Amino acid sequence: MADIRNNFIGIKSPNPFWLASAPPTDKAYNVERAFKAGWGGVVWKTLGEEGPPVVNVNGPRYGAIWGADRRLLGLNNIELITDRDLYTNLTEMKQVKKNWPDRAVIASIMVPCEENAWKSILPLVEATEVDGIELNFGCPHGMSERGMGAAVGQVPEYIEMVVRWCKQYSRMPVITKLTPNITDIRYPARAAKRGGTDAVSLINTISSIVSVDLDNFAPMPTVGGKGSHGGYCGPAVKPIALNMVAEIARDAETHGLPISGIGGVTTWRDAAEFLALGAGNVQVCTAAMTYGFKIVQEMITGLSDWMDAKGHRTLDDIISRAVPNVTDWQYLNLNYVAKAHIDQDLCIKCGRCHIACEDTSHQAITNFVDGVRHFEVMEEECVGCNLCVNVCPVENCITMEPLAAGSLDKRTGRIVDPTYANWTTHPNNPMARQAAE
Amino acid sequence: MERLGSGHLAGIAAGRLPDAQYEVNFADLHPRLDKHEALVAADRCYFCYDAPCMTACPTAIDIPLFIRQISTGNPLGSAKTIFDQNILGGMCARVCPTETLCEQACVRNTAEDRPVEIGKLQRYATDIAMEADRQFYSRANPTGKTVAVVGAGPAGLAAAHRLAMHGHEVTILEAREKSGGLNEYGIATYKAVDDFAQREVDYVTAIGGITIQHGQALGRELTLADLTARFDAVFLGMGLQGVNALGIEGEDLTGVEDAVDFIASLRQAKDKSVLPIGRRVVVLGGGMTAIDAAIQAKLLGAEEVTICYRRGKENMNASGYEQDLAAANGVIIRHWLAPKRIIGKDGAVAGIEVEYTAMTDGRLAGTGETGILAADQIFKAIGQSFSASGLGALHFEKGKIVVDGEGRTSMNGVWAGGDCVCVGEDLTVSAVAQGRDAAESINRVLAAQTQPAFAVA
Repeated sequence: MADIRNNFIGIKSPNPFWLASAPPTDKAYNVERAFKAGWGGVVWKTLGEEGPPVVNVNGPRYGAIWGADRRLLGLNNIELITDRDLYTNLTEMKQVKKNWPDRAVIASIMVPCEENAWKSILPLVEATEVDGIELNFGCPHGMSERGMGAAVGQVPEYIEMVVRWCKQYSRMPVITKLTPNITDIRYPARAAKRGGTDAVSLINTISSIVSVDLDNFAPMPTVGGKGSHGGYCGPAVKPIALNMVAEIARDAETHGLPISGIGGVTTWRDAAEFLALGAGNVQVCTAAMTYGFKIVQEMITGLSDWMDAKGHRTLDDIISRAVPNVTDWQYLNLNYVAKAHIDQDLCIKCGRCHIACEDTSHQAITNFVDGVRHFEVMEEECVGCNLCVNVCPVENCITMEPLAAGSLDKRTGRIVDPTYANWTTHPNNPMARQAAE
Repeated sequence: MERLGSGHLAGIAAGRLPDAQYEVNFADLHPRLDKHEALVAADRCYFCYDAPCMTACPTAIDIPLFIRQISTGNPLGSAKTIFDQNILGGMCARVCPTETLCEQACVRNTAEDRPVEIGKLQRYATDIAMEADRQFYSRANPTGKTVAVVGAGPAGLAAAHRLAMHGHEVTILEAREKSGGLNEYGIATYKAVDDFAQREVDYVTAIGGITIQHGQALGRELTLADLTARFDAVFLGMGLQGVNALGIEGEDLTGVEDAVDFIASLRQAKDKSVLPIGRRVVVLGGGMTAIDAAIQAKLLGAEEVTICYRRGKENMNASGYEQDLAAANGVIIRHWLAPKRIIGKDGAVAGIEVEYTAMTDGRLAGTGETGILAADQIFKAIGQSFSASGLGALHFEKGKIVVDGEGRTSMNGVWAGGDCVCVGEDLTVSAVAQGRDAAESINRVLAAQTQPAFAVA
């Protein structure tokens, strides 16, 4: 049996599946249910400063996009940080941590970007004996208009400054939660590291308008005829999150900085992908909000069974394993040649590969052969782009088959070269660096 | 006290079921999908390129497009996609043997042995448009040309609608009291409830420029020569009026009836409880008519209904789905049995002697072994024939009118389509395709006649 116990910056949990700071972790009632269902940890919904709590809208807070069969693919929210009294939250956090000593409980915090604000809340949180804090520099809506959340996360100097205060005024481990609403995620990550953060977590939600009510011409969710951009999350954002995690994992300056991966984790497989790209654990929200807390059981068993099947014993065997294989485009091997191949036994003859290739790509797939509906790759036209694989409704029906070195590429008429050669040395590249003479 | 029916009574009797049961038995076989069901069903369509379902449809409806329009919340646009090819798309959604047409061709069969529910989705869209009385077509400017359409069945209605669209003045001549042809008289009651056939006729003729005259039959009130003299073009869209005879002893006994008459009387009867039905019913034949008659005999309360077919299951014209439907309704289907003699008692049917059959040397033949089935009612469903009269010198082949690919007969100015012609399957949807295509052919000829002559200087 694979050991999936997680040790993230010294915070131990029975598995790497934490609930992200969000509505599912707003109060003891939910968190207790989550722990009973098997979640390894929670990041409590973001606490604000002492005093009257924030208020939420009283109309819709969420919007969504759906795939076939109305499967939720992307969720958008305009909810703010906790709208409960600070002390109510702190009291519940302390009690929950006491009830569940083996689970991770992290406090998410967002207070104004002033030293005193942070200095005064940190001891209150520390007194709850939770395992650490997460700095919410990510929330892209509402709070950012007040100079908090993403408004801080978009300015690396602010990130560094606040992280420094937190390390100065608290002995708790600090996780800095980053916003994806920037052009290059490496800058805020580097700033957090300079400030002394123990880890980063990402991504927070993406600024978004999820849909427009075409009867009333207003963005959704619509509150009294108006809408505001919200934060986008769910399966649709996973690719963006994976890239940002990988960027930080392979950046020379932040390489090795622990990462808690967030963004569209819905299945064990998503989680494994985050781990492979350098995340030390994952945080989940939308999947739980869509299906309930029970989904963690699929994640735990799926990850463990996959690890068993592949011979991975602990999470350390898989964490960061894919990072060395993430590279820049310029280093991809241009001598590698692959061609699509259609398994005729699996083909259901929908013709989507043909029309995708014919209308929008390389005219490399037949639709009729000898007067019969038949879909086959013409190797002399196929550039190996993979579009047919992606539009085919049958898994593994179309596969990309690499051409062996020494064989003929019918499209170019060239023999496949066994050596590695990339753009940096390609003759068409005006900037090509010649190999040392 | 509520009447509990009299299913066990011997002979032919009405009211075999409790009163309330009739409505249940003859309710809509497949009620329209609701919006959620339609969206779930539509999600399964792959939007195939050059879709096999579309190729399999005799009217070539753009099925992937109409399903995508449903899935994007545009059922009216979907209905128009359907009606563009098939103005009787509503009835076809109810009666098409989709399991041997579009749904058989669906690639989902290869993937998971379950096609997209194309027929039900088509009904969803067309019902919405028809209930909203949404008309998608209007007449072109009147051409002054007149066309006679003989028969207000699927072929005639499809032709009339397309001709009216092109601005021609159409007169439909219908022999029977009501329009619709087989849609009105020949479809099992549970497939076209709520007077759908008449509502569809109204929907189709609402385009204008179409007059229907009832009680007008070729060979009775009309001859083809009259029509060619009075109209610029003639379209013949008659059905099959003749019923094949068994040619065996006892065929004239009381209780031996044509299945098509039985089916028609069921459709026309407002109160099904007054329709008499045998306690033991035997249906002879292996097509849709045999199935429709057998199931409805059972639904009327017959205790025992047996279909006897002289060949094997694989030879039956009724689709596998129809056969299963019969079996699910308690009909017994027996193969390799040919009728030999109908046995009477006091002038009425008492049973039927059947002979086992087999294929010997590629020919169907009796084995000599016989048996007797007790029966008090026997329905003949061994095929219909076209009875030509008043058609003059038209060319025929195997008893049906010869037409070319455009529906032109051997006579100038006369087109034909539907069950009366020698091509295509005898299906509503084929009749619609032939009527529509003949109308286009007629229009081409009439339009050419109205072209002004040019002199090029």
